[in-house]
Amino acid sequence: MADIEFFKDGKRIDGRTYDQLRPMEAKAGILKNADGSGYFRFGNTIAIAGVYGPREVHPKHLENPREAILRCTYSMASFSTTERKRPGPDRRSIEISKVTTEALKPVLFLEEFPRTSIDVYIEIIQADASTRCAGINAASIALADAGIPMRDLVASASAGKVAGEIVLDIAGKEDTEGEVDLPVAYYPKKNLVTLLQMDGKVSFEEFSKIFDLAVSGAKKVYEVQKKALKDKYKEEVVE
Amino acid sequence: MKEIVVPGEFLGEGISSFGTYKEDGKVYSKTVGILNKRGNEIRVVPLNGVYIPRRGDGIIAIVKDITFSMWILDINSPYTAVLSLSEGVEEFVDLTKTDLSKYYNYDDVLFAKVNNVTKSKTVQLSMRDRLCRKLVGGRLIKVTPTKVPRVIGKAGSMVEMIKKKTGTQIVVGQNGIIWVKGENQSIAIEAILEIERLSHIEGLTDKISKFLDEKLKR
Repeated sequence: MADIEFFKDGKRIDGRTYDQLRPMEAKAGILKNADGSGYFRFGNTIAIAGVYGPREVHPKHLENPREAILRCTYSMASFSTTERKRPGPDRRSIEISKVTTEALKPVLFLEEFPRTSIDVYIEIIQADASTRCAGINAASIALADAGIPMRDLVASASAGKVAGEIVLDIAGKEDTEGEVDLPVAYYPKKNLVTLLQMDGKVSFEEFSKIFDLAVSGAKKVYEVQKKALKDKYKEEVVE
Repeated sequence: MKEIVVPGEFLGEGISSFGTYKEDGKVYSKTVGILNKRGNEIRVVPLNGVYIPRRGDGIIAIVKDITFSMWILDINSPYTAVLSLSEGVEEFVDLTKTDLSKYYNYDDVLFAKVNNVTKSKTVQLSMRDRLCRKLVGGRLIKVTPTKVPRVIGKAGSMVEMIKKKTGTQIVVGQNGIIWVKGENQSIAIEAILEIERLSHIEGLTDKISKFLDEKLKR
């Protein structure tokens, strides 16, 4: 680890400042056959999400007569990483599916659709750190695009510690060789956190700094998401 | 251009109507949709979504199953609907001697009224209305259910115009299924799909009127 130079003249490996996100790109309505869909890119990390529903629940015993059930499936494409990823669910993607579901659930008006399911499929087509954040961002756009009633969009970003410095949106070498990675999903209007995970070791003071930085990143993501949803209908007018 | 809003967007202070919710006296949008302020009332017309049945809606339903005393119908919604014998047929029926398919058979298309909906969305239909009938022949198309009001237009102006210009029969179901029958049915369908695509644009009736004139000239 000592042989990697992470910082030079106040800049990071990829030329960003400490509190800068990678270039972001977001789109709504990219999949024809889904009820709603979204695309989100953080530099080299690309996630696409498709939403189906509200629709009938199968298997039937999962049905809830009080509200809709939300099912998210996170999956990484076999070609998304440098080493081929064995396709199909594994321990890691099952965990991310679960935390994604819980990150999105608080903003949805699930009680409006009893006895139905809302299915969200997230596919990571290119992975370079923060895939769960990109996945949540894409899923949030897709849910809104599907016309599902929501209190707000969920925006997500990560921050961490690399070679003793606190930085926003860890990528590439910083991820594999860094000390701490902290993804946060944020519910902007209520100032609530719906996902908080961490690996690595930090003091409480440092944690607070990293956390605040991740939230500030999520706020920028939120603006990009809103713009993506509005742009979908602007383009159609130009035609 | 009408204003497009996204979920969570602050819309003002007033009465929260369809497509919005209220929190701490402020009204926010629930969906991606078109903002519509009328006096104090704030509403958002969603641009996408599924059909959720409501009492009194006139819908187009397709018979999917027949049981001893009722029909089960597909209503283009996450929920299926039931039409009981008493709500479906006026005359007395001796169940031991009659097969219900005599009245409505599999895949028959009906225009029906939503009679009742429970809290957990069990849907009952009824045929006891002047407008309710079996639809024979013609073609069915689906549009986004939230855009049905645009297809109908103000006091039915849009659909009446299409009917008059193309000389077709059109029945619009609140659930987004539309039945079209007549010689120019393909042109009428094209016009309806055009309305769906451009539903968020103002002055749509004139645009569709021109669209139809051009198509009918050929």
